[in-house]
Parts: sequence; structure tokens; C-alpha cells
Amino acid sequence: MDTNIANSNLKSEDYFINMGPQHPATHGVLRLLLTIDGEIIKKVEPDLGYIHRSIEKMCERDSYQQIVHLTDRMDYLSSHINNEAVCLTVENALQLEVPERVKFVRTIIGELTRIASHCLWWGVMGMDIGALTTYFYGFRDREMINDIFEETCGARLTMNYNIPGGLMFDIHPNFVKRTKDFVAHFKTKIPEYDKLLTGNVIFQKRMKGVGILSKEDAISFGASGPVARGSGYSCDVRKYHSYSALDKVTFNEALKTEGDSLARYEIRIQEMWESLSIIEQLIDNIPEGEHKVATNAVIKLPKGEFYQKVETARGELGVFINSTGTKNPYRLKFRSPGFSNLSLLNHIAVGGKIGDLVASMATLDLVIPDIDR
Amino acid sequence: MSYFGDIYKGIKTLLAGMSVTGKVFLNNKNNTITQQYPDNRETLKMFDRFRGEVVMPHDENNEHSCTGCQKCEIACPNGSIEIIWDRQVDPETGKKKKMIDQHIYHLGMCTMCGLCIEACPTDAILWAQNYENSVYDRSALTKVLNQPGSKIMPGVED
Repeated sequence: MDTNIANSNLKSEDYFINMGPQHPATHGVLRLLLTIDGEIIKKVEPDLGYIHRSIEKMCERDSYQQIVHLTDRMDYLSSHINNEAVCLTVENALQLEVPERVKFVRTIIGELTRIASHCLWWGVMGMDIGALTTYFYGFRDREMINDIFEETCGARLTMNYNIPGGLMFDIHPNFVKRTKDFVAHFKTKIPEYDKLLTGNVIFQKRMKGVGILSKEDAISFGASGPVARGSGYSCDVRKYHSYSALDKVTFNEALKTEGDSLARYEIRIQEMWESLSIIEQLIDNIPEGEHKVATNAVIKLPKGEFYQKVETARGELGVFINSTGTKNPYRLKFRSPGFSNLSLLNHIAVGGKIGDLVASMATLDLVIPDIDR
Repeated sequence: MSYFGDIYKGIKTLLAGMSVTGKVFLNNKNNTITQQYPDNRETLKMFDRFRGEVVMPHDENNEHSCTGCQKCEIACPNGSIEIIWDRQVDPETGKKKKMIDQHIYHLGMCTMCGLCIEACPTDAILWAQNYENSVYDRSALTKVLNQPGSKIMPGVED
């Protein structure tokens, strides 16, 4: 009897499995069609559309003030930065100069949002690869930031604090104190994160050399944010196209050349330190002044095309507005960082195991509503 | 040798991680952020700016300050606010004036963006800090904000 099946004339087919849309490691309703050979991945096909809400089309219906609150629902973990992107685009189109106070507050809250997003990512990524404790620790520290947001903006996640022309209302009197408390608290927590997870030998073995992305591929796939910087591609929008009060601070762009999952992880830990330093440089110097400039009740943009990009916690978010001079945009397009970062998943996961796919997907830090919109 | 080296390194990082969790375990007084909801309902107070639901405050004479200008209805992105109004004779001046009949608020459709409250010129509507909004039927989420028989405060103009 011939026991060697591979050499026999039996017909063999690829094995398909569905990962998602309700899979805990996909962090949302992402469906991955996996073609596997044993446990080796031959192909990964992301299938989107499960949370499509046609936000871009809804923007064509809404006024420019109303668009802002829809962007909360895209990348909900960096909602303030999304709001800021739309407001900056509208303000640039109107050639409106916002007060210095607004710029400072926007940058501080933006950096707090980035830390909150990275905290959640750190917790969830630990959980993805089997370390449940990180989940609780990440959420514990994020809770302090959520309290700051709730006190100042009125909401914890979908803040809608920006309006074209400034901020909806002034910062809360406790804002500065709470932020300083948080910075002091969090400085003792990042070393704990390192001790608990980064140094762990199991974690190191799961992450090192997994999901390698070269610099050339990062550029050609259009990757941005920590994913691209983990491959050595310097692309921080805050550095190269500085906006709000970011030109008044000095910070280093976290950069690594390994391109594996561990590099992407370390970039985000490094970014938390940099965000803390940006907040520290700004928090004592918030200038006095108005929290908004008056705009018309009905904002009409001049005819033309306007583009503004910002750095969210996941990468480069671009807002493109095509205006015909009416009170609604003729066309509005978001360039979301998650979509480009997802497109390289097939490239980095092929040849690895299913467990490695989870690890590389966790370091891409995907937020599905951002990809689907 | 690297086999034993790996074991040593593994135990070392394991203990390093456990020292972190052990400290948190022993110091749990300082690290607790968990809310014992719903047991702490009496003491749980939301922040003043928290967006729970839109309300229309009335004074002791059952008077509100909504002029029926409909700015909130226009500002709302998803049609959560409907204002039914007509022109009634103002008893003081004897002239016909726009007055609200019903200020209807669909809490189930509201995204808590706060644009209506920004738009209101007379501060007739405000945020309430109520957060327990579950009901058995969604029709209970459609609310009429002005109380029955209420009228506009004298002297409020938009």
C-alpha cells in the first residue's frame, strides 16, 4: 500500500477557512478568507463591507458643521484627530486663522487621544497573543484619559469637540490639573508595560521576525503611521506637514528598520513617550484667549478642491473636499490609514502560521469602521 | 547550554512580569478604577458637561424659553428634533407670534453631537446627565420636551 499521499494520484485542493466576521482577533467585523495548507497560510483575502455606513455620501448631504460628528464614527479611537482634520480643511479653505489657544488645546487633546488609542491597542494586542493581564492594565490607564475627555468635551469616545473655527466650548478648569496628573501617572506605567510584556520571552518569540515588511513594500503599499515607521520609512505628518501647535514643540520621530511585528510594537511604545513629551511642552503654556472665531451660521466654502492631512494614531488621514461653492461639499473623500495598512496583510502573512497572522494583524492596529466607513 | 539558558531566561522574565502584577494585586486600593455599578447608583455623579439627553428646563410657572426659531432643528444632522409650531396671539402685545406647540426629540436617533445646543440662541435646551436610557419599547424614546400647558417666558426674544 502506498502511504505517501503527496506522491499518489489523489487530487488535492486548497483548504479555505473564514476568519471572522465575528472573530475576537479581528477587532470588529472584518472577514478574512484564508487559503491554508496545513497551518501555513497561502493567501489572505480581506472581505469588507460589514460595517459600511456610506459616511462619505452622508457628508455630501450635511453642512460643514454636521460633517465633523460623522468622523467620530470612522476611527473611533482617534476621534478628536479626525474631527481636527475636517475642521482644518474647512478652515484652510475659508482662510480662517484660529486663535493660538485653540491650536494648543487641539494638539494636547490630539496627543492624549493618541496615548489612549495606543493604550487600548497595547492591551488588546497582548490579549490577542494570550496575555490577558495587559488588557486590564491598558484599559486602566486609558480610563484616566477618558475622564479628562468626559469632563472637558462631554463624551468619552465620540467627542465632537471641534467645530470649524475653533472648539465647541472652552476647556474645563480642571483640564490642566488632570492632564498633569495623568502625565505623572503614566510615566510610571510605561516602564511597567515594558517589564510585563516587552521583555517577556514568550512575547519576544511570538513577535520577532514575524510579519516582516520591507521599506520598499511599505512605500509601495501606501503604508503610513507606526506600520511604515517600523520599516524605516520616515513619514510622520506631524513632522513634515506640521499643523496646529505642533510647530512649537520638539519631538523625535520614532523610527526602526527591522520591519517585523516587534519593531511596530516598539514604535508605538516610543510614540507614547513622545506624546507625553509634547503634552508636557504645551500644557503649561496654553495662551489665554477666545476658544473660537465666529463663522457664518451657514458655512459656504469657495469653489475648488481642498486637501489636508493629519497624523492619527494609525497613520495618515487625508480629507479631500471638492466644493462647488454651496453649503454642502460636492464630494468628500477620506484617505484612511487603516485601508492601506490592511492591504499589506496578505503580503506579510503569506508563508507564516495562523498564529503569526494574529500577531501581525494586531500590530497593524486595524480599526474596521475606519476601513469601511 | 542554550537550552538551560532559555529556561533561565524564561523564568527570569516570568518573575519580572509577576512582580508587576503582584504589586498591583497588593496595592489594589490605589489602582482600582472599576465602578461598582449599579450598586453605587446613589453616589455616581456624571461630569457637568456629560451629554446624556437633551432637556428643556421649565421654571416654577411652567414657562420655558423656546421661541420656536427652529435653529436646533436645522442644526441637527439626523432629524432628531421636530418642532410643531403655529402663530398664536400674544396676550401681552395682542400681536400674532410664532409659538411652539410641541418640541419633539427622538432620543433613539440622537448621536449626542451637541450642535442643537450650540445653535440655540436662548439656551432653551440643555444637556441632562441622565445615562440610563434603556426602555422596553422604542416609542418611549420619542419625547416631547415642552411640558403640557407650558408657555414661553415673557421677555425672551431671539
